[in-house]
Amino acid sequence: MSEEIKLMKGNEAIAHAAIRCGCDGYFGYPITPQSEVLETLMEVEPWKTTGMNVLQAESEVAAINMVYGGAGTGKKVMTSSSSPGVSLKQEGVSYLAGAELPALIVNVMRGGPGLGTIQPSQADYFQTVKGGGHGDYKLIALAPASVQEMADFVGLAFDLAFKYRNPAIILADGVIGQMMEKVVLPPFKARRTDEEIVKECPWAAVGKPKNRERNVITSLELDPAVMEERNIHLQEKYKTIEANEVRYEEIQCEDAEYLLVAFGSSARICQKAVEVARAQGIKVGLLRPITLWPFPSKIIAKYADQVKAMLSVELNAGQMVEDVRLAVNGKVKVEHFGRLGGIVYTPDEIIEAMKTKIM
Amino acid sequence: MTEEIIIAGFGGQGVLSMGKILAYSGLMQGKEVTWMPAYGPEQRGGTANVTVILSDDRISSPILNEFDTAIILNQQSLDKFEKTIKPGGTLIYDPYGITKEPTRKDINVYRINAMDTSIEMNAPKSFNMIILGGLLKIRPIVELENVLKGLKKTLPERHHHLIPMNEVALKKGMEIIG
Repeated sequence: MSEEIKLMKGNEAIAHAAIRCGCDGYFGYPITPQSEVLETLMEVEPWKTTGMNVLQAESEVAAINMVYGGAGTGKKVMTSSSSPGVSLKQEGVSYLAGAELPALIVNVMRGGPGLGTIQPSQADYFQTVKGGGHGDYKLIALAPASVQEMADFVGLAFDLAFKYRNPAIILADGVIGQMMEKVVLPPFKARRTDEEIVKECPWAAVGKPKNRERNVITSLELDPAVMEERNIHLQEKYKTIEANEVRYEEIQCEDAEYLLVAFGSSARICQKAVEVARAQGIKVGLLRPITLWPFPSKIIAKYADQVKAMLSVELNAGQMVEDVRLAVNGKVKVEHFGRLGGIVYTPDEIIEAMKTKIM
Repeated sequence: MTEEIIIAGFGGQGVLSMGKILAYSGLMQGKEVTWMPAYGPEQRGGTANVTVILSDDRISSPILNEFDTAIILNQQSLDKFEKTIKPGGTLIYDPYGITKEPTRKDINVYRINAMDTSIEMNAPKSFNMIILGGLLKIRPIVELENVLKGLKKTLPERHHHLIPMNEVALKKGMEIIG
């Protein structure tokens, strides 16, 4: 076996993957259930090996603005937190999107609103895909459903962020962050040199050479005509991302008469529900959005021609269900099932909800 | 083959670490594994539980409503999890913390006096390894050799000298379960 298989928590996988994908800097602040990200980085001490900086900032607001500064110089930088902490970061996230800076934000969601609870939740879906901060912007949002994907999506998120000069977010939750599974970590990739950054990020503020104009990193533009142009450019970029980067997984969908739609930990629990329901003779499939934005609307619309009804299963009061309904556009019935405030449903609760709500 | 296990007791009894060693043992045996703790206020005192799944196939849900095997180390956990064992499944419990015996007739019930034994052995910290030994006698889902490999992976190197003691405890557990 060329790659060593390890057993670790999702949060630990994020930290190890960050070091291995050539991340230049991590800025964070502890909060349950994601504290192991920062803890693992502090334990591994990557500044002694790859030179990656790891800093516990004085607050979440400071951390996201350190990310803004690092990203402005073309560095691969990231932060992580859990729901209340991610709310604090939203101003910085909007600025990153406005200034078109690549960066990675990780949200290991817990129950809210407010300080809420430390138990798992998926109630930050709206915050992630509909804004969160102010202005017309989008984050590339990846929803891992396993510890392996926690590791794999760090590199993917950075690649997409740099490809499109846009912040990316990994939207996980307490289940995926805290559980341990097998994982094969990505191979080590060296951090980019200053020369490579200048070449790959011609927009980066790395000091002005004589042969080009000053690079300015800002989201401010007081001339509304220019600001509108900038917004139109952003919207065009978002259309390109929507055309190219939709990711999803289909599980037992070919002959499905009913469709569950679920992401992250919910998709795992739904997969068990599908297994059990299939054993009872119910033809049900699962569609798992991997990118929450761009949302896999087209494939869901396609299944609207095949299935009798859909159930959006989310650990919230009904958020993604709105996007499923938009995709389906009234063709079939779409209902929602959720648990709130940190309670996680079991597979049998999902089957019961399926039977009462859509069958 | 898939084995879905819940281990439940008080925080500090080694519930989570027993689960972790079991999961690592499964990994050493080439199985798919998940380890899902209740990480809430439980971890900070009170009851603690962890779901461990070992399988030859890809594991779907890390969170379950019924289990093949339950390892129960206090009364609260027995009250909560006895009813979640699949018919024909296995319940292993230490009577030390139990005031009301399990009542189900459609499952296989085993007692293991691990707390008393660990005190007799003058090794109270190996309590959870005695339990794990008992489990492996009844449900030989992983080989002892792989458990020892798992221990090596789980314990920090400075504690590796404790592995022989843990092996003794595992074997003791295999002897005393009934």
